[in-house]
Amino acid sequence: MSARNKILADLRSSLLGTTPIADPFDSSLVDEPWRYSIAERVTRLKELMTAVHSEVLLTNNSEWPELLSDLLAARQVNKLLIAPATAHGKAFSAYSQATQKPLQLLAYDRPIEEWKRELFDDVPASFTGTLAGIAATGTLVVQPSPDEPRLMSLVPPLHIALLNASQIYDNLYQAQQHWPKPMPSNLLLISGPSKTADIEQVLAYGAHGPKDLIVLIVEDA
Amino acid sequence: MSNQFYNAAPQETRVAPPRKPARTYPANKPAQVYLFGTCVVDLFFPEAGMDAIYLLEREGIAVDFPQGQSCCGQPAYTSGYTDQAREVARSQLKLFANDWPVVVTSGSCAGMFREHYPDLFKDEPEMLAQVQNLAARTYELAEFLLHVCKVQLADHGAPLQVALHTSCSARREMNTHLHARALLGQLAQVERVEHDHESECCGFGGTFSVRMPDISGAMVADKTQSLLASGAQQVVSADCGCLLNINGAFEKQNNPLLGQHLASFLWQRTHVEQEPSL
Amino acid sequence: MNSQRIHAVDITSRNLKANARLSLKDQQLRHNMRSAMDSLISKRIISMPDEDERENLRELGNKVRASALSQLPDLLERLEANLTQQGIQVHWASTTAEANEIVLKIAQARNAKQVIKGKSMVSEEMAMNEYLTEHGIEALESDMGEYIIQLDNEKPTHIIMPAIHKNAEQVGRLFEHRLAIPYTDDVDSLIQSARSILREKFFHADIGISGVNFAVAETGTLLLVENEGNGRMSTTVPPVHIAVTGIEKVVANLQDTVPLLSLLTRSALGQGITTYVNMISAPRQPGELDGPEEVHLVLLDNGRSQAFADSELRQTLNCIRCGACMNHCPVYTRIGGQAYGTVYPGPIGKIISPHLLGLENTPDHPSASSLCGACGEVCPVKIPIPALLRRLREENVKPPQQPGQVMDGQGSRYSSKERLLWKGWQYFNSLPWLYKTGTFMATRFGGLTPKNLGPWTQNHSAPKPATRSLHELAKQHLEKKS
Repeated sequence: MSARNKILADLRSSLLGTTPIADPFDSSLVDEPWRYSIAERVTRLKELMTAVHSEVLLTNNSEWPELLSDLLAARQVNKLLIAPATAHGKAFSAYSQATQKPLQLLAYDRPIEEWKRELFDDVPASFTGTLAGIAATGTLVVQPSPDEPRLMSLVPPLHIALLNASQIYDNLYQAQQHWPKPMPSNLLLISGPSKTADIEQVLAYGAHGPKDLIVLIVEDA
Repeated sequence: MSNQFYNAAPQETRVAPPRKPARTYPANKPAQVYLFGTCVVDLFFPEAGMDAIYLLEREGIAVDFPQGQSCCGQPAYTSGYTDQAREVARSQLKLFANDWPVVVTSGSCAGMFREHYPDLFKDEPEMLAQVQNLAARTYELAEFLLHVCKVQLADHGAPLQVALHTSCSARREMNTHLHARALLGQLAQVERVEHDHESECCGFGGTFSVRMPDISGAMVADKTQSLLASGAQQVVSADCGCLLNINGAFEKQNNPLLGQHLASFLWQRTHVEQEPSL
Repeated sequence: MNSQRIHAVDITSRNLKANARLSLKDQQLRHNMRSAMDSLISKRIISMPDEDERENLRELGNKVRASALSQLPDLLERLEANLTQQGIQVHWASTTAEANEIVLKIAQARNAKQVIKGKSMVSEEMAMNEYLTEHGIEALESDMGEYIIQLDNEKPTHIIMPAIHKNAEQVGRLFEHRLAIPYTDDVDSLIQSARSILREKFFHADIGISGVNFAVAETGTLLLVENEGNGRMSTTVPPVHIAVTGIEKVVANLQDTVPLLSLLTRSALGQGITTYVNMISAPRQPGELDGPEEVHLVLLDNGRSQAFADSELRQTLNCIRCGACMNHCPVYTRIGGQAYGTVYPGPIGKIISPHLLGLENTPDHPSASSLCGACGEVCPVKIPIPALLRRLREENVKPPQQPGQVMDGQGSRYSSKERLLWKGWQYFNSLPWLYKTGTFMATRFGGLTPKNLGPWTQNHSAPKPATRSLHELAKQHLEKKS
């Protein structure tokens, strides 16, 4: 008998004559303790993400490109990986072009195999959108896509994410109700830059992923 | 604990029992109670059992001490000798036939009655009913004094700092730490001082202390050290298993600090007449 | 000096008692463990301040896991069907040997030479690193803690924080010794050194290995929880991703992960959520520019179906591997994880290892507990760990090889002498005349107690019975009154 059939047969024989326990899920227990007013959602997300070493800035639809540009200039970042086909990618390229900033915009426009070395060694920052935010835990929901592949939010040392205030949900349960169906090949919850406490429980940021995470919250979107 | 699953069908997947509501207590003091002294008190701390009797009698309660009592069965039960524990439990059950409260001078033994006897007799429906009846009227001494007798203690002793150690099963099954703290809090001249890792096990664990003497020894060494470091002049506990462990270690270390059963401590602090001679 | 430190515990030994004796003497270990566990304990409770919220969620967590187990074979089939349809290849292994062969075959088909690993306790069960190394494939751990202990040739001391028994100085010496990095005990620089070394390893790896925290049957999703990003790297950068997990890790629906995730991260680390929650439902799709071309899931039994067969022991499989039971365990805190000599240490290790290895290989594990109950009190899915320890003790002292045996190695601590002693104890305590005679003798001749009572007098003075038993005193008093 194959391992599969043996395992399933063993489990089945152990359950002989029993009835499965009905679905015990109770949304009130994961939803009700974590409800906020609209204004609280933004402040809570900001507070929690800031507490784990993220920089969270409030901005609006017309000003965020300038804010982003200033942030990069202040950090002397001269290259930024963007997704030119997305609305926010387009908006930022347009702004960049119009203002003639000395910033090189890169696109993730070919399979990783073709530019792995460059991505690993020569891309200091990336800029992506987000699917949603979660107030209860201070979390971004990020859905990698052909425009914004998985490694965009992982390999560059600085990740900047754009989040619409209207897409911040109270809690994970609420956010889940708005996730794509079927589930995309990869879906991520990101709650700060990468970190570790594996040595003596001393917190160190920039373990394997980004060392810094900046979140721009667009309040009027 | 497993006992709470006794009604599950043989192979039905088990779900944890719901949280127990807070225990409700009778509105009035009973006229008569049983005392279950426990085997450790019987042999090593009989004065604690006597002081428990004095405290109860002072509340106007008549105490019955069934002479057939021995041990609650815990040592065999926790060692995996379930059948032997069950037979001892059976012999004890017979002794508490009247519907009087059973007051126990140890939280873990009270917990054995209340929490584990139902597990032992899960396959004997008739016994189970008897066991559940016993469980419902079993009280740890501190709990009984506080919530059933509603004692008001007048302290006659000198100012004293005490550290309280509560046995783990007493804490988790009977809330004895809260009851003992409340009673000590009634003593005007007694200050209860916390000790480091107060809620941590002293390392006794019944046969654990002899099966794993190295680990148990490290635990009791830490416990005695933190009791000493607390600055307390006196150690009090409502469980004599722990006291056997802690006092034995103190003695081995040639340390003058010794633990006393809560019953003896309360009686000595609040009793005005001449000490009854033992 | 510390790089020369001889490890107190011989990690190849499963003799818990002997290991414990050695590790108890290691003052550095005792200190490191105590301070780390204290900190984890306080972080947990700070993150769960509301008792009702916490307790209600634990109850829900318990029910969600129990419900999943009550339909485990169906859920596994559903998971397999959904994953397969989404392009993830599912493999089944009854034993760790089978699981290793599956991994090796995948590796050989890709002509893989280097494997990079995210944290996976199941791969530790399999001793996958050793197996792959024997077959000429480099297997490197990338979780910072796992990396550190792999460098030092050790085994994880904790399921969440594998190197928690070491302090920064010890890690600094290790890096100096093994990686020729100038000594520092600055944690940031140590982490940055490891980061740059491991980035290159991610870059070149042919295969990434990971564990799974929850496998969702409904959507065919593997959910992975982590803070470092090494899990995401391992599952995204290499062209092949192999996830290995136990058959019990499946849950019915995506929403079930909401309470479990909250329980897991708060119980483990006192975090409301980890930095990353990585949900994988398919390999790289047409048009996608990264992600593994192949994703495999290996489902491992390795003794779990034995625990599953008994409804009481089945509760062991509720476990979501948060480590809270070990953080709160007074025994674990003192002896450290390596002394258990098993992949899973601490209270959960003591109830799961006998199923993975047989009681004959873990004879002391069920006994190495004072049954204080701290573990059961904090378990986020309400596994009655003390009750299960007690149950294993019962199995451990039963006569071996009786019909109806529920566990491999039943009766590994069976002793007819001991059984006779307990039988004597039973008569002593059930026959009042015998009990009274015995206590009478003890009170009258207690002075004759020998000074040396074996293990008891190792830590205590010999106990001295009182001169009169409570039976006698109470009888006297009550007769006088009436």
